[in-house]
Amino acid sequence: PIPLMAARRGADEMRDRVVLGEFGVRNVHTTDFPGNYPGYEDAWDQRRFEQAFRVDVIREEEDTLEFDMVGIDAAIANAFRRILLAEVPTMAVEKVFVYNNTSIVQDEILAHRLGLIPIRADPRLFEYRNQGDQEGTEIDTLQFQLKIKCKRNPQAAKESSDPDELYINHKVYSKHMTWVPLGNQTDLFPDADFRPVHDDILIALLRPGQEIDVLMHCVKGIGKDHAKFSPVATASYRLLPDITLLQPVEDEAAETLQKCFSPGVIEIQNINGKKVARVANARLDTFSREVFRHEGLKNLVRLARVRNHYIFSVESTGILPPDVLVSEAIKILMGKCQRFLNELDSVSME
Amino acid sequence: IQADGTDGNCVTFVLHDEDHTLGNSLRYMVMKNPDVEFCGYCITHPSESKINFRIQTRGALPAVEPFRKGLNDLIGVCQHVLNTFERSMKEFRAQK
Repeated sequence: PIPLMAARRGADEMRDRVVLGEFGVRNVHTTDFPGNYPGYEDAWDQRRFEQAFRVDVIREEEDTLEFDMVGIDAAIANAFRRILLAEVPTMAVEKVFVYNNTSIVQDEILAHRLGLIPIRADPRLFEYRNQGDQEGTEIDTLQFQLKIKCKRNPQAAKESSDPDELYINHKVYSKHMTWVPLGNQTDLFPDADFRPVHDDILIALLRPGQEIDVLMHCVKGIGKDHAKFSPVATASYRLLPDITLLQPVEDEAAETLQKCFSPGVIEIQNINGKKVARVANARLDTFSREVFRHEGLKNLVRLARVRNHYIFSVESTGILPPDVLVSEAIKILMGKCQRFLNELDSVSME
Repeated sequence: IQADGTDGNCVTFVLHDEDHTLGNSLRYMVMKNPDVEFCGYCITHPSESKINFRIQTRGALPAVEPFRKGLNDLIGVCQHVLNTFERSMKEFRAQK
């Protein structure tokens, strides 16, 4: 019985911990498929998955969301991350009609900069533009205008050299972009206020006599097509760290151990007059592996990560709140599967 | 989507306009099926967005069955994740 239990514990470790060794990482791939481990029930069971799965929201601010997903596999968590980055649609400037641009910034550079400005418009209210459609209808296009001219300020002091005082309108900000409703958009969106998310994005600099007069068309697109359509500043995940002390660590060694990890991970308690180290909060650690540089401490600690506990961090650009983005990403993955199911059904019926 | 294979049991599906996002998650769901002997996917060339998804079943089960089951299971997983996530967001906001 004892060797059996040790073997089972070893298998448990291989199945749900990714171990960080001194020179490499072990047990990286998911191995819990049916048939790999005798005595384990590995076939897919929706009920078991639902019992073990949970989502905990840790922190929510205006544009960032940090939440935990426990009980899911790397393949699916990664699929959500990829979809958040590249396949959730947004609206962004695509076509720029330049009527007059006498500024120092070239037309194409100006167009590129305008495209990257995030536009506060809910992409679910719009459709994709048809291929080859040059004009754009009111259901798929938002029109913006930027018309600004720089003049000399007649009230400036004689000897001043401060451009803010000397010139009027010499800095072109994103707040100068105005929405021009197309067709029946005023009726479709009566309370909507379409504008860039941030008002203080500097687009170009002008001097007296220079002017910019452009008309912009925004369309709906996805990040795979061009990065300007990506709705997140970034979306990432990490696995929950799991630090175990294989032997009790005392006194000086405990102090060194505490310094090896991020602050707050290891705490020192006073038991019977001796200082003993204890793992307080492994979640805070960033795993710099400083422990492995100390000969005495190397073998007393096991650094690992829990394989199915993902700490997601989603930061939105402000177009949609981050929890809406996550919900949309999950729905998009469902939509992809449904598309193939429909194709399968239509092919097998022939 | 195209299918190609010697008999009904080992089939290679060519999925167009897909990449690792769906490929890896679908591979995981199909591997969890105990009737599947082999399952894998590869991207033939990074410039073309299509994947070769191969399923081999043991026994006489036609390979389309695990494919269909994998897709259905993945939809079930997504639905449950969506419900749990929205419920957790509501609870978090309620107790803030």
